[in-house]
Order: sequence, then C-alpha cells, then structure tokens
Amino acid sequence: MADPAYQLKTDRTILNFGPQHPSTHGTLRLVLELDGEVVIRAEPHIGYLHSGFEKLGEYKSYNQWVALSDRMNYLSPLSNNIGFAQAVELLIGVEIPERAKYIRVILAELSRIADHMVWLGTHALDIGAFTAFLYGFEARENLYVIFEHTTGTRLTTSYTRVGGLFRDVPHDFEEMVKNFLKYFPKVLKELHGLLTRNRIWIDRTRNIGVLAKEDAINLGVTGPTLRGSGVPYDVRKNFPYLIYDRLDFEIPVCDDGDVYSRYLVRMEEVEQSLKIVEQCIKDFPDGPVSLFNQKLALPEKEKVYDTIEGLIHHFKNIMPGHGFTVPEGDIYDSTEAPNGELGFYLVADGSHKAYRLRVRGPSFVNFAAFDHLARGAMVSDLVAILGSLNIIAGELDR
Amino acid sequence: MIKVKKLTPPKMSWSERIYIPNVLKGLGITVRHIPTKKFTIQYPEEKWIPRPGYRGAHRLNKDGEGRIKCVACEMCSAACPSNCIHIVGGVSPWDDREKYPVVFEIDMLRCIYCGMCEEACPREAIELTQVYDFAAYSREDLVWDKEKLLEMFELTKNNDYYETRVQKAVKTSDVNPNG
Repeated sequence: MADPAYQLKTDRTILNFGPQHPSTHGTLRLVLELDGEVVIRAEPHIGYLHSGFEKLGEYKSYNQWVALSDRMNYLSPLSNNIGFAQAVELLIGVEIPERAKYIRVILAELSRIADHMVWLGTHALDIGAFTAFLYGFEARENLYVIFEHTTGTRLTTSYTRVGGLFRDVPHDFEEMVKNFLKYFPKVLKELHGLLTRNRIWIDRTRNIGVLAKEDAINLGVTGPTLRGSGVPYDVRKNFPYLIYDRLDFEIPVCDDGDVYSRYLVRMEEVEQSLKIVEQCIKDFPDGPVSLFNQKLALPEKEKVYDTIEGLIHHFKNIMPGHGFTVPEGDIYDSTEAPNGELGFYLVADGSHKAYRLRVRGPSFVNFAAFDHLARGAMVSDLVAILGSLNIIAGELDR
Repeated sequence: MIKVKKLTPPKMSWSERIYIPNVLKGLGITVRHIPTKKFTIQYPEEKWIPRPGYRGAHRLNKDGEGRIKCVACEMCSAACPSNCIHIVGGVSPWDDREKYPVVFEIDMLRCIYCGMCEEACPREAIELTQVYDFAAYSREDLVWDKEKLLEMFELTKNNDYYETRVQKAVKTSDVNPNG
C-alpha cells in the first residue's frame, strides 16, 4: 500500500445547490464547498427573484405600494400589508379605529398560522414526510377561503390602506373564524401525532444546524429562529403595537437552538395565535374600519355618488399629485411577521410618495446565518436547515 | 414581564425509540382520513364559484338605457398601481354628460387585480367580477377593449357566470367547513 498511486486524493468539490432544486423553495442558489459529504462553506447567492419593490416605493403612492407588499413574503401577505400601513400611519400620526385594529390582529395571526402551515408542510416534505404536507395545506386552504371572502383574493390581498382597511369584513366573518378555531386544533393534534415523537423526524432534526444563543443575537436573526435559540424576543411583546398589549399570550422559546427546537417553537406559536384570535373574536367591536378623515381615506361610496363634497374629496384623494401627503421625516417601525421582525424604514419628503423605502425583511437577515449553520453539516442536513429557516425568496431579493 | 413559555423536547419512551409502534400510530392517523369528505374539486369540469366581492376580470357597467356608465374621468387609470388602463375620452353623444370613453383598454396581463380602479371609480362604472378563467392564446387577445369589457357586463350581470357554464359549480360551503 505504500504505492502513492493507491492513495486517494481528497479534493474539495464545489456543488451548486439550486436555483432549480426542489427543496430550495423558490429560486435560491447556494454554492457549497464540500469535503466528501461535509460542507466546508456555503455561500448563498441571491437575486433570482428581484422585483424591485424598494425602488418602486419611490414611484408609487403610499396606498399603491400596499399592492407591492403582497409580493414580498407571499406566504403571509396580510402581515406585510399591515406592517407597511402601520409605519405610514405612525409617520403621519393617526390612529386607526378600534375595529380596524382588531381585524388587523386577527388577520395577522391567521396569516401567521397559514405561513407556519406552509412552512411545516414543505419542511417536512423536504425531509421526507409527505403526509404532513397534505394536512398542512388543507388547513391553509381553509384559511385562504377566509382570506378570499374577506379581501377578495387568496394571495395578493392588498387589504390595508393608510388609515384603515380596504373594506369591512364579510357579514359572516366571525362565524368563519369561529369555525376555523373549532376545526384547527384537530389538525394540529394530527400534525403533532405524525411528527413530534416520530423517531425519523427526530433523527433528522435533533442537533442539526445548532445556533447558539450568542451567535443568534450576533447574527441578528429574529422570529422563531431566534426564539428557537432561547432568546425571548418578540416585537409583539417587546414593542407592543395594535392591541397586543391587551391580549394574553405567551412567547414560546426553546434552548436547544437546533432544527427541532425551531419546529417546536413554530408549532407552539400557532397555538398561541389561536389563543389570540379567540380573544379578539370574543370582544370584536363594531364601528368603522377606516378613519373618518376625508383628507386621508376615501369617503364612502354613497357620499361620492350623492354629494359634491364627497366627490371632491374622492377626486382629491386619487388625482395624480393630489393624494394625501406625509410630512417630512423618517421612521423605522417593525411588526412581528411569521418569519421574524419585519421592519419598514420610511423617509418622507412631504410629497405623496416616499423618498426612500427600505424593508428589513426577516428572510434576508435570517439567511445570513445560513453559512454559520451549514458549516460542518452533511449535504442532506442542509435541506433540513434551509427548511427550518423558512426563507422566502420574494422577500430576499429587493 | 414578558410571559415566556419554555419548551423542552419530549423524552422518548422505549416503544417510541424502537419506532415500530409509532409507525402504526402514524398509519392510524392517515387511515382515519380515508372516509372523510373529499377536499379537492375536479377543476375543469367542476369550478369554484367565488363570492361577490372577488377580484377577478373587469367589466364596464351599463346604465338603465344600455349606455356605458363610464364618463372617462380617468380616476381608475390614475389609481392603478400597474398602469394597465388606457383611456381616450371624447365628447359624449348624450346630453346628460360631457365625456365618454372612445377607447378603454385594460391589459389583463399587466393588471394585478388589486381592485383600486373599482375603489377609485366615482360612477360605479368599472367593476371586478368573479371570473377568473380567461386564458388566451396570445398577448394581444388579453388586452381587452371597450367592447369586450361591455360584453363582460352582459355575461356577468346576473351573477351566474359559472352556474350556467360549468358541469358543476362548486360553492365554497360544499367542500370547505369555513365556506
């Protein structure tokens, strides 16, 4: 065996993972440096789903941009709508009606459930559990019916407007939500039954992609990824907005920091979301869903058809160069989106468009931690790690 | 102050570690799903009827005398985030208004179906219908002109577009517990 010809030469391999890999969820591309099957380095390449939504924010009026926020994290468009509208409202300094706040909270929490169901389905599918995918998607379909009846579409909701909402919820909204609250715990129980104590699931996720508490804070990750590393940070609790300070819910954390603990955190978050929705629906107030401020929000249609004042305000709101203006200034405001802290940094120059619109997408920041998590992992574990971060390509590329 | 719920991974019992009993438990969950109601619909034969308020294809409404309601004020094209509405106004042939649209085109491929045109219309002239299946073979076919949009009004004015066209139109409540 002394003959050098028999000695195997080990060389590092460069492997392209994506952009058309079935488990990359959209168009992600990773360049992996491998030693055998162990990952030495993982370099994410982004930019395959560039939609230019930040730049378009400088050309579209504030209300028009709401339609673009749907396209960021397309698993929970309502959270994006709400986050953006809230930032603009804070900058103008208006407070929306009570009913609108409740509707926003209910829809944000329902879209968190929808997002987590897609996450669980695709994550489990990547690792090989097909059944959870079907059950998760069935549950999401139920939510999408509520969204379709409420907003008019399933995915591109565009539901919020500055100063309130696009329209009121349908007459049987409360009933639909109550039905969902009755139906959903059963699905959750089934999903727990399929995965939580499943040995294969545990073998594939325990001690994989461990993110220590310090690293999680240093890398700036937020959301379930941060809470899965044991840091109890949640924008809903730390910087309460809307009516979250009045609601009773808990922040789930898990100290292990591996893929499994992120799974546990997300599953518990879904349960907490159900609790929030239940409380909101219990004292769901009546009233308007939009501000009665005709300089800001469109007047009711009856007034537009019948009165000259209504018609004038309507035209003034929509005519190019006449919409409401936002006073000069800048603001950073964040909400807790399903993947983490979704922040909007707005610079207003006194016109009806933003001077600069910057989005802090949680996927973008969480993806930065990927190289750290991937080092030393096997190629097959990469799929589990990527799934556990829940990267949404639409939010990744601005 | 902040209510935190600590989660710990479950301790696995002996039977769970050898996995075989858990396979049967998991199978039990899937078997229980077999006799339940089917959740999917057979799409081209069966079609989903969206509720009124759904944001589908556009139509241009007509008034009681069959004339176009639009007065070419161009509010919809101003409100449109994707600039897909093109209007050329002209002098109206009727006495009760000054303007009417000579050309009214919507690029259905450019449209993002946000409903802001409907929201912006001061005359209830443009409206989004329930129609969602309007594929075509060329891009030109999907630039809908005034005639096509008025025809859409005739097709959808009774709110039974799908009921009259499909073998089976599915109401949301038929397949969905939330419907």
